[in-house]
Amino acid sequence: MRDGYYLYTKGLTVGYHGVPLIREIELCLKKGEILTLIGPNGAGKTTILRNIIRQMEPLSGTVCLDGRALASITGRELSRKLSVVLTERVRPELMTCEEVVATGRYPYTGRFGVLSEKDRQIVKESMELVHISEFANRDFIRTSDGQKQRVMLARAICQEPEMIVLDEPTSFLDMRYKLEFLSILQDMSRSRGLSVIMSLHELDLAERISDKVACVKGDHVDRFGTPEEVFAGGYIKELYGMSTGSYDERTGSLELEAVKGKPEVFVLAGAGSGTAVYRRLQREGIPFATGILWENDLDYPAAQALAAEVVSIKPFSRMDENSVKRAKELIDGCSRVICAMDEKDAGEFYSAFSVLLRYAAGQGK
Amino acid sequence: MKKENRYRLAYGTLLLLLLLFLALNICAGSVSISVSEVGRVLTGRGTDTVFSDIILQIRFPRALAAAVLGGGLALSGYLLQTFFHNPIAGPFILGISSGAKLVVALVMVAALERAVQVSSWSMILAAFAGAMISMGFVLLMSRVVDQMSMLIVSGVMIGYICSAVTDFVVTFAEDADIVNLHNWSKGSFSGISWDNVAMLSVVIFTASLCVFLLSKPISAYQMGEAYGQNMGLNIRLFRVFLVLLSSVLSACVTAFAGPVSFVGIAVPHLVKSLFGTARPILMIPGCFLGGAAFCLFCDLLARVVFAPTELSISTVTAVFGAPVVIFIMVKRRRQS
Repeated sequence: MRDGYYLYTKGLTVGYHGVPLIREIELCLKKGEILTLIGPNGAGKTTILRNIIRQMEPLSGTVCLDGRALASITGRELSRKLSVVLTERVRPELMTCEEVVATGRYPYTGRFGVLSEKDRQIVKESMELVHISEFANRDFIRTSDGQKQRVMLARAICQEPEMIVLDEPTSFLDMRYKLEFLSILQDMSRSRGLSVIMSLHELDLAERISDKVACVKGDHVDRFGTPEEVFAGGYIKELYGMSTGSYDERTGSLELEAVKGKPEVFVLAGAGSGTAVYRRLQREGIPFATGILWENDLDYPAAQALAAEVVSIKPFSRMDENSVKRAKELIDGCSRVICAMDEKDAGEFYSAFSVLLRYAAGQGK
Repeated sequence: MKKENRYRLAYGTLLLLLLLFLALNICAGSVSISVSEVGRVLTGRGTDTVFSDIILQIRFPRALAAAVLGGGLALSGYLLQTFFHNPIAGPFILGISSGAKLVVALVMVAALERAVQVSSWSMILAAFAGAMISMGFVLLMSRVVDQMSMLIVSGVMIGYICSAVTDFVVTFAEDADIVNLHNWSKGSFSGISWDNVAMLSVVIFTASLCVFLLSKPISAYQMGEAYGQNMGLNIRLFRVFLVLLSSVLSACVTAFAGPVSFVGIAVPHLVKSLFGTARPILMIPGCFLGGAAFCLFCDLLARVVFAPTELSISTVTAVFGAPVVIFIMVKRRRQS
């Protein structure tokens, strides 16, 4: 039943000093798949990873790698199957980045760890893949945290593993390198059949890159499945116990808590023109209403998260009388109306736009 | 290939210093013997039996012992620094030398009272037992305190306690031989015979060879335990080896020369700067050569500066070693 999986856990319970932290973990992963662990800070993602890379002994249950129990694999064999990128800070003295990458060849070198020509070639390729060749000769300690992280990825790759385990690998990286880092993993999983397990805090990235997502919550893995299954129905807000703000599962965007109260401003918006205005009003602490938006409008997610009231209509439907009436009522109640969109941009079907704009102008708002 | 030239140059320098100080140690001393006379004695054409006795029975074995023990001591320090990931760890500062000294003193005093001769082997064994006791205590402390500076402080305290007890034992033991014991407990290379040299060489060279064979695992361990383990290193077993080897090395030194301060910290640091790398495969032979040259140099000063009065070896090593430690600490503070 579990054939075909490169890694799976069976009834895995992990914890410290005999006290279970997370119970009965059932994860499975095929070759070439990417599994991401998500969950709040301190949920135990790192602890699970540490059990998978055998840095901790499971309290009960097993981890199987390549069809064999993890406990029965020798250290040397394991080092050729699995490499890691951890959050642990490495401070090797007087080592260049290239030398740090080359430590990945350890499982393949002889008694005294002397690199062969082939080893050097692989080190070079790994560094090119992660684009760190330019600072190959720099002292590792003197590089930035982001650069260190990329060096550690090159190191993990040059170990030529079948699976890489990464603990919050993108934390110190800027946007460009976050994407680059994950693209490299995606490429390698497709082209070399590399399996990847990692923990991520960036939910948007987790949703985009993962084949499987496991949500760690409380003392168990609450959900395990494809991103489509997990990122649905407001589950993320529940997973993180978010009491303020909101998370949009389709776009992956976070919004701060909406300002409550009777709307003081009405924002006439659509087609993405309103989002920046909504956020500004939120910053200034002004409750507002907005409309009229189709539910598939670009502005709709932010409007729903931030506005006191949104006048909305079904996607691709006609503007109906009720909505226009409701919008007029709201304009009546507001002291100001902000027009976020140019009238020219309102197409044939947004006829209500001109109507409302005139209505507001007529009231001197 | 500039790097390799630097390594060659570094080894050349160390070797040259070693030979230079070895020669000086044989030539210089409280009895002045001309260089040509030394040459004649060494080539077996010496005419004066007093001179040849001084050179062949006193200075030569003493110089060799200083070299071999110095090398062992530097290696022991290097291993402890690797083990604790701390550049100012060393057998003296962590109280390991003092632990060895205490047990050796106890054994020697007990033997003196019963008028039994203590063999070199039992001295080494006693020192090893003492080193392991201190090491055990330091390891225990390292589990309780997670701050490295606290570990060092507790090591220094262990050292003081052991030294105090040793002083107590030595002061109240009644024998003429106690003068020797007193010198030894302060640290000195004096009174080493050819038999001693043979024995300590066997122990130190065997242990050093084992250390050299461990150079690959040491390089993995330098990346931290988590990564080391992922590279297939058996951390637990490796740590046992490190503890045993560093204890054997420092115990052997203590058994023959008493506690010698700062060599274990200063030499690895200086050698690292000289080579510009921390690769174990280069560092291990480098530390050995450096330690040997450093101890020969210090012993030379100890014997010659206030001749015929002899300084204890630790006095001299401290003068040169302690500033290095201060330098390391300042540099580390600036880095972090």
